[in-house]
Amino acid sequence: MSWLTMPRWPAITVGVAIGLLECLTFLLLDKPIGCSTAFTRTSGLIEKALRGNAAAEKPYYRLFPPVIDWEWVFVAGIPLGAFLAAFSSGTFRIEWVPSLWTAIFGTGISRRLGAALAGGFLVGLGSRWAGGCTSGHGISGCLQLALSSWLASAAFFAGGILSAILLFSLPGR
Amino acid sequence: MERIHLPLPDPAKKPAALILGILFGFLLQKGGVTRYETIIGQLLLLDFTVLKVMLSAVLTGMLGIQILLRFNLVALHPKHGSFGSSVIGGLIFGLGFGLLGYCPGTAAGAAGQGSLDALFGGVGGMLLGAAFYSEIYHRIEPSVLRWGNFGDITLPELLRTSRWKVVTAVAALLAAVLAALSLAGL
Repeated sequence: MSWLTMPRWPAITVGVAIGLLECLTFLLLDKPIGCSTAFTRTSGLIEKALRGNAAAEKPYYRLFPPVIDWEWVFVAGIPLGAFLAAFSSGTFRIEWVPSLWTAIFGTGISRRLGAALAGGFLVGLGSRWAGGCTSGHGISGCLQLALSSWLASAAFFAGGILSAILLFSLPGR
Repeated sequence: MERIHLPLPDPAKKPAALILGILFGFLLQKGGVTRYETIIGQLLLLDFTVLKVMLSAVLTGMLGIQILLRFNLVALHPKHGSFGSSVIGGLIFGLGFGLLGYCPGTAAGAAGQGSLDALFGGVGGMLLGAAFYSEIYHRIEPSVLRWGNFGDITLPELLRTSRWKVVTAVAALLAAVLAALSLAGL
């Protein structure tokens, strides 16, 4: 069982297992794996709690009603699984600023949180705009050979590469 | 041949989804893709872990689904798209991806391994972004989202050829890229 306590598994092993997990999800739930819809449902639930039922009447929330569906439960399972994986290898640690960020931009928490918040905003906006994220389009959609998913995935990485290279070559960082 | 109706009955869906989600999160963390360093390493083209995980998942899933389709055990759910939606939305996502260093699934996983920038910045920001999208949706839906609309077309339909041929060609291509990455020691 020593493989269970290993901090890292080979990338291909993990990829093959995720591919099999997709097959299981199609079989059991008749839907592919996806993550970003759960964020729309959560934002709808929060808006509904803060502003009442009028918020739920927005056209987009009529398309994706603010309810806890099985896909939401799936996404809620992700941090639990990641916690178990990190705990099993002793790599769980509370960290505000990732080490690579610290090496380049310093240890300031507010700077890292500001960038993460801005980046998160664009990721949340863009994933809904494109109708999926790196799981729903990048893995689930590409494996179904959907044109929308191949195009969106190419755009995810084109934009991501551009953004990361620009960020890490900022003058006077 | 009649499609065999396998999906679980409704009451069993949430418990099953929880277990599948836990397994997905476990795999993402063990694969190292819930780490900021791994994702930024990929976007800076220095570490190809993310690409290897994704390509091998697509390769395995594509072949698995193709076999399950052959036995009428699954149905496909390709997403609708257009240039205005897939490409513009994808580029907005990408710009945020480089700044955040996580995507929606891996940010949820990173929160579980203790990365608080993923929880407060990432998950918080994504909720704000999703809420903002619900505000602008009715304005961009009749315009930008319809630019170059192509619906839920798949590559075999686009190329007007059999699914098996495209699956075989894509499988060969993905296997070649994975082999090349391995040979290059990446």
